[in-house]
Amino acid sequence: MKVMVESHVREETSRYSYYMDLNYYINLAQKIKAWGEETIKADRETVFEIKQFLYREARLLDEGKMEDWLQLFTKDCLYWTPVTPGGGDPTKEITISFDDRRRLEDRVYRLRTGYAWSQIPASRTIRSISNVEVWKENNSNLYRVRCNFMLNELRAGKMKLLSGWYGFLLTKENNDWKILVKQNNLLDSDQAHENLTLLL
Amino acid sequence: MEQYLSLDEMVQPHRIHRKLYTEKEIFDQEMIKVFGGTWVYLAHESEIPKPNDFKTGYMGKRPVIIVRDNNGSFSAMFNRCTHRGATICREEKGNSKVFSCPYHGWTFKNTGELAGFPWPSGYSKDMDRSDLNLSHIRVDSYRGFIFGTLNREAPDLLTHLGPAAELMDQWLDRYDGKNIIVRNPNRMVYNGNWKLSYDNGADGYHVAFSHRSLLAVGQRLGENKDMTYFAQNPDNSEMTIQYLGNGHTFVDQRPNYKNVGDKWKQQRPQPGREILEEAIRNKFGEQADYLLDQAIGGQMNLCIFPNLLLIGNQIQVIQPVDVNRTELIWYSTQIEGLPEEINVLRLRSQEDFPSFGEPDDMTNFEECHFGLTIPEVEWVNIGRGYRIDGRQTIDEKGVIKGPVTDELPMRNYFQEWKRLMKTNLQLTAVSCN
Ligand code: FES
Ligand SMILES: [Fe+2]
Repeated sequence: MKVMVESHVREETSRYSYYMDLNYYINLAQKIKAWGEETIKADRETVFEIKQFLYREARLLDEGKMEDWLQLFTKDCLYWTPVTPGGGDPTKEITISFDDRRRLEDRVYRLRTGYAWSQIPASRTIRSISNVEVWKENNSNLYRVRCNFMLNELRAGKMKLLSGWYGFLLTKENNDWKILVKQNNLLDSDQAHENLTLLL
Repeated sequence: MEQYLSLDEMVQPHRIHRKLYTEKEIFDQEMIKVFGGTWVYLAHESEIPKPNDFKTGYMGKRPVIIVRDNNGSFSAMFNRCTHRGATICREEKGNSKVFSCPYHGWTFKNTGELAGFPWPSGYSKDMDRSDLNLSHIRVDSYRGFIFGTLNREAPDLLTHLGPAAELMDQWLDRYDGKNIIVRNPNRMVYNGNWKLSYDNGADGYHVAFSHRSLLAVGQRLGENKDMTYFAQNPDNSEMTIQYLGNGHTFVDQRPNYKNVGDKWKQQRPQPGREILEEAIRNKFGEQADYLLDQAIGGQMNLCIFPNLLLIGNQIQVIQPVDVNRTELIWYSTQIEGLPEEINVLRLRSQEDFPSFGEPDDMTNFEECHFGLTIPEVEWVNIGRGYRIDGRQTIDEKGVIKGPVTDELPMRNYFQEWKRLMKTNLQLTAVSCN
């Protein structure tokens, strides 16, 4: 029995998840392998734009503007926090987050319920982004970005420092930069974390 | 100095003393007597699948090495050089026939036998080497789960597990004989005593409140998903909470899932849910619901005292760090031979609760610990369901059952805890021969 689904349903990624099939994982593995590959450097102007975009993304989170932050992601995005440093194989390994669009919205929704005790009081954060490198994928509207981050968190009177690097796949949609993949590589990804409920 | 109460005064039928959670001296005793006097979970066979594979870990606070030897049988040893005490193995996992100590180069076979040391002429020829082998922990395994104890007089593992063994069977037999593969863990840590998470393993009372944000996520898209039944008069449901003896406890949520496919239907949506479900339905037709259920947890919280919780599809290990600090190690699992779609869905399902559920509990554990530090308020009340006629039943195996919000698991497991804390057994590891 073949199940038929209307195409508009497939596109309603806040409600339904049709883009993360097994091929998605295979393609992702290919793209991720390239994190360290020094292919074509993006031009100056693009690098400038992307840096501004990254700073804004960090600031929206620091300001708690989670809904605005969600708007920066594509409809078929991935928000990925691996346990294995650098990624590992998400078909065989558990991650801290491997969110499609729907689950990322769930994540924000939970923080907004007023009952997420782990974020009451909410974390106050300051993020610094550095070492930004941008490469262009061959013949496509796709850019690979790698940058380092330091994330200071204050919650319930305690200061913490998280650090690591982000891997981004960015694309331009109607003149706006959008996040296709955000990979949060914590320096201590495979160690025990206290309350990791803030958005990375 | 505040006066200590006796263990009998501190563990009463309907209340326990706060110091069980907050006192360093009690913690130190627990690490010896509880995490040594009873069977403690050490590792799963699938983590050391090949001959000479090893894994390091802890038994209480003691560093240990768990080894699969050449013949495929398991042993566990203290990870402590018999020379001057350094740990000899510092990797989490690996494969080796020998361990050599990085400090002065003593080497040990993976059987624990001392193989040699540099420049042997520096030791007298008639030196007694027999106590220079690594000490072995008594081990036993049940269906791939390896446990260890330092108590020579403890009953064998199967006897100790009692009715819990049957429930482990039910947890494992959902896959028609296919083997479980333990994958990488997601590790969490909270600032609170380890028993706060053991208490929580069989607590049907907290769900509607502590997990309120999770339940709200389950309703975001307009349907009532997984666990919302805990918020709807749970005492009148068919769910039960149980005490299985020897400290083991159990929550049975399975009565909420009567038909094949119910587990799948009720689960909060995972990444890729619809497309992977479609693939499974197209490939397997009538079988699909049965398979999709295997992507979802068994709806059993089985807590094997003191440190193993089978929850959802995860193997959760409670690792005490200090009196007020505890690591929770959530090993993910897949099943050998299931369609890849199902195994991927298993992982994405197992990422749901650690993201949206456990952090709120861990916050409440921390806040409990904080509250319990007040010297003037001494008691922890565990009286829900206590002394209400007809509320509990005991079956022929001695299993005590009650409505799912009852605190009968705590009332009973603390009696076992007290028994262990009171015994003055000689706990030993033996040198291999
Ligand atoms: S402590 Fe191991 S060889 Fe000296
Ligand atoms: Fe819970």
